Amino acid sequence: MSTTATAVGVSPKRGIWGGGNEPLKASYGKLMMWFFLLSDIFTFAAFLIAYAAIRVSYPGYLGPEDAFIGSNEYWPVPELVFDAIPFFHGVHIPLAFVGLMTFILIMSSVTMVLAVEAGHRNDRKDVVKWLLWTILGGITFLSCQAWEWTHFIHGTDGGSVLTFVNKMGQVVTETVYGANLFINEYGPAAFAQLFFFITGFHGFHVTIGVFLLFLAFYQAAVGVYERRGHYEMVEKIGLYWHFVDLVWVFVFTFFYLI
Amino acid sequence: MASHENKSTLEVIPRNEEKIKKIWKTAFILLILTSIEFVFAFTLDRGILLYLIFIGLTIWKAKYIMMEFMHLGEEAKPLFYSIIVPLIFLVWLVIALMREGTDIFLLRW
Repeated sequence: MSTTATAVGVSPKRGIWGGGNEPLKASYGKLMMWFFLLSDIFTFAAFLIAYAAIRVSYPGYLGPEDAFIGSNEYWPVPELVFDAIPFFHGVHIPLAFVGLMTFILIMSSVTMVLAVEAGHRNDRKDVVKWLLWTILGGITFLSCQAWEWTHFIHGTDGGSVLTFVNKMGQVVTETVYGANLFINEYGPAAFAQLFFFITGFHGFHVTIGVFLLFLAFYQAAVGVYERRGHYEMVEKIGLYWHFVDLVWVFVFTFFYLI
Repeated sequence: MASHENKSTLEVIPRNEEKIKKIWKTAFILLILTSIEFVFAFTLDRGILLYLIFIGLTIWKAKYIMMEFMHLGEEAKPLFYSIIVPLIFLVWLVIALMREGTDIFLLRW
């Protein structure tokens, strides 16, 4: 933001080659955060596009929705896989829980942008307040994800009867419950593998984000940024946090809706 | 020394209600777009049309997050383009890998 105090003081004595200049009117830290995020966009895009490529390489489930059973022969319908929410055991409520997670992450992004806005105004009290809300949102999201993973790994009551080559090299037909990287009751092995890698990589980003937010919260609360003269660190961590939200928007569409 | 360090030198600027209102408005738009996706997921038949709607809405949401929340639009133009233009490579990746996936499908089944 050009309207705020310049983050890097440029000493007139140092001149153009002495460092501390801002080529794109963004400080070094902010610029590097943007380029890091660009590289991260490519990483996540590679994951999601690989998901799409592997998905079209399998036949989709074409039968009626209420008669859906998981099989490693075809790709499952996501809304019929992700249909559980806590405390409602065995009830079919498609996508509600993941919708709640999306809502939580978007709201935490909103509180983050409010923290950044408060940082521009040098308002320590507001920064601390909104960062705390953001941390709360991040932790809630991670908890939801932990629950979802647990449910996904343990599976449904009925499981699915699958024919597959087991680890001993024999062709067996047996009931499979839940999911691991080798076999799962919902679809081909690649379905669970991609679920674990994509949502896991995103969850890893959220975890790092929560640590960074806590750092910013602590430093803002004890007045580090006030002494430094600007709240740019909140802005940089904010960029990262919005990126995490941005990725989730795509994961939500490609993994849960399509 | 310690008491000197804790002394604030920054002046707190009062809240600009208009800016804050705009943030909440953006949040509201994001929630509306997500709800539309939700409703469509249950009311429309699965197919290429629905997928295109989903992708369109997602990119629309991404635009709001990048422009309003990350303030990318307010950055210097060279920075803006150095972030947006490289994404063109993803178009190639989508085409290449979708083609690849379709071919694997034809080989397998």
